[in-house]
Amino acid sequence: MNQQPNSYRTGPDERGHFGQFGGRYVAETLMPLILELEREYRRAKNDPAFQAQFDDLLEHYVGRPSPLYYAERLTDALRENADDGMGAQIWFKRDELNHTGAHKINNCVGQILLAMRMGKTRIIAETGAGQHGVATATVCARFGLPCVIYMGATDVARQQPNVFRMKLLGAEVIPVTSGAATLKDAMNEGLRDWVANVHDTFYIIGTAAGPHPYPELVRDFQSVIGKEARAQMLDRIDRLPDLLVAAIGGGSNAIGLFHPFLDDPDVKMLGVEAAGHGLDKQHAASLAGGSPGILHGNKTYLLQDEDGQIAEAHSISAGLDYPGIGPEHAWLKEIGRVEYTSATDEDALKAFQLLCQTEGIIPALEPSHAIAAIVERAREMPRDSIILANLCGRGDKDIFTVAEALGVQL
Amino acid sequence: MSRFDTAFSTDRPALVCFLTAGDGDTASNLDALVAGGADVIELGMPFTDPMADGPAIQAANLRSLGKGTTTRDVLLIAREFRARHPEVPLVLMGYANPMVRRGPEWFAAEAAGAGVDGVICVDIPPEEDPELGPALRDNGVALIRLATPTSDAARLPAVLEGSGGFLYYVSVAGITGKQQAALGSIQQAVDRLKAATDLPVAVGFGVRTPEQAATIARVADGVVVGSALVELVGQHGDAAPRHLQDLTRQLAEAVHTSRKVAA
Repeated sequence: MNQQPNSYRTGPDERGHFGQFGGRYVAETLMPLILELEREYRRAKNDPAFQAQFDDLLEHYVGRPSPLYYAERLTDALRENADDGMGAQIWFKRDELNHTGAHKINNCVGQILLAMRMGKTRIIAETGAGQHGVATATVCARFGLPCVIYMGATDVARQQPNVFRMKLLGAEVIPVTSGAATLKDAMNEGLRDWVANVHDTFYIIGTAAGPHPYPELVRDFQSVIGKEARAQMLDRIDRLPDLLVAAIGGGSNAIGLFHPFLDDPDVKMLGVEAAGHGLDKQHAASLAGGSPGILHGNKTYLLQDEDGQIAEAHSISAGLDYPGIGPEHAWLKEIGRVEYTSATDEDALKAFQLLCQTEGIIPALEPSHAIAAIVERAREMPRDSIILANLCGRGDKDIFTVAEALGVQL
Repeated sequence: MSRFDTAFSTDRPALVCFLTAGDGDTASNLDALVAGGADVIELGMPFTDPMADGPAIQAANLRSLGKGTTTRDVLLIAREFRARHPEVPLVLMGYANPMVRRGPEWFAAEAAGAGVDGVICVDIPPEEDPELGPALRDNGVALIRLATPTSDAARLPAVLEGSGGFLYYVSVAGITGKQQAALGSIQQAVDRLKAATDLPVAVGFGVRTPEQAATIARVADGVVVGSALVELVGQHGDAAPRHLQDLTRQLAEAVHTSRKVAA
């Protein structure tokens, strides 16, 4: 079982499993549709016209390729606390510059093209912070399809700007009041809608999780991040980075960056989960504090109690506030190809401010977790080594949350 | 002969009643169902994320978990039910994660030891059978599969492979407690299923009243009622048994005599 594969990039297997993780744990009503989606995705993947349309939209609508940026002042700032000869160079993949302000749009463009190939006429999605909801509403407006977004009532209250954005884009936003009224509950409600409307509805899942083939297709659509970054690195400095870093909620931006590098043996990788108030308190770090289980269509690491009841996650970042993680990450952890760590709310807030002040970039709270981990790692690495991190979202949406955390009245 | 064979063997259709374990005084509530004439009991295992359930059963899950119901509590309720009612088939129904948390073998052995006849797991389709199916079958517990309006002819053999007890036909694509399907489509589906299997076919989802139950009983081997009963527990709390027995009696009468009315 734990034998190292020849390639880390061939998963999942034909049953949708990454080792013991992944799979298709859905109600029978959804199974035929899931199988049809898989068949259609295989056809699309081999269809040059589909790929051409996807690439064209990414270039001219999303604004890709996103820049690769050497963060000189952040690098210098971190070297101040490092020993002589230490302090890695920090580079960022600037996916926060995408249309709609995050990496989420890459996946939404791919999935809506698939939905239209399958003849589906109605789109649903779940959202936590609202970034995936905004990205979904955006592509629905672009292609003229009706769009329903499920969002926890708690998140609706704390992410009003994104709620209004979705409405401006023509989406119907349905607040979900069950459970803790956050992302997990929005996903439950999305699945309930889907099971009742399988005939005409396509569910655009926002992260590399859920039943097979979602983890695979979301990863493939997001892999544009890593493919571009790899080519840009070789082009700019003719070498690959020593360490990749990305924040992880469900894990789509991280898998998008990591996957094209998985078979480069000298490239190390670090995924950063949200440690919330601390790993011994309430957090959202499923790999660090969870155990394998089954939820929302896949087997993966979950925050759960001894009876398999799912725990409520907490993170200052609504986008990381989920008690599970994509199954490919669970597998990459188990086989040891990727290292996973975590950063607390407090660490992320500090890193958020550090990037604002050193680089003139306001990051989202999600990648602020990745930056927090970089602060630790950079000083342990020599000056000629390179860290490449995914700046997966911009922080405009988070300024209210940050102001509140810093005790500032807006 | 298994308890299922007995419950479904007579020429009269069976009434299958669902309640969520740990919601209200479950022992008294289950006794009321049996006293009212229920032929098969489905005991719901509460879960934090009941994705296939409508508002009524979602609320019951939360009420039960709010009181601290554990998996061991559910198994104890089952065991005590079996002691009081040696003949009535008992089915555990729920979601995968609580069932496999301590390993499928643990769950299957505990269920068998508690006198459970069958298990319905909403989110383990045939494709993921190895997760739970072999353990149940090794322990002599039937894995009751769900068939739906979307299970086409090509899929049906996979659904039936390894399934036991009875076949649960989910009459509408949707969640529990919502709208009911038209009789014509149910009859067509049941005929199709019965042509493919010797298992009895019980029809559920959206069945609330004795009239609806009677209509379905004319074409199926069993009728499943859940949300309407669960709502009574939510409404009446400790006084629920009387109300449950009343509704179950009406449902049972309607189901058991349906074919005579039709003839």
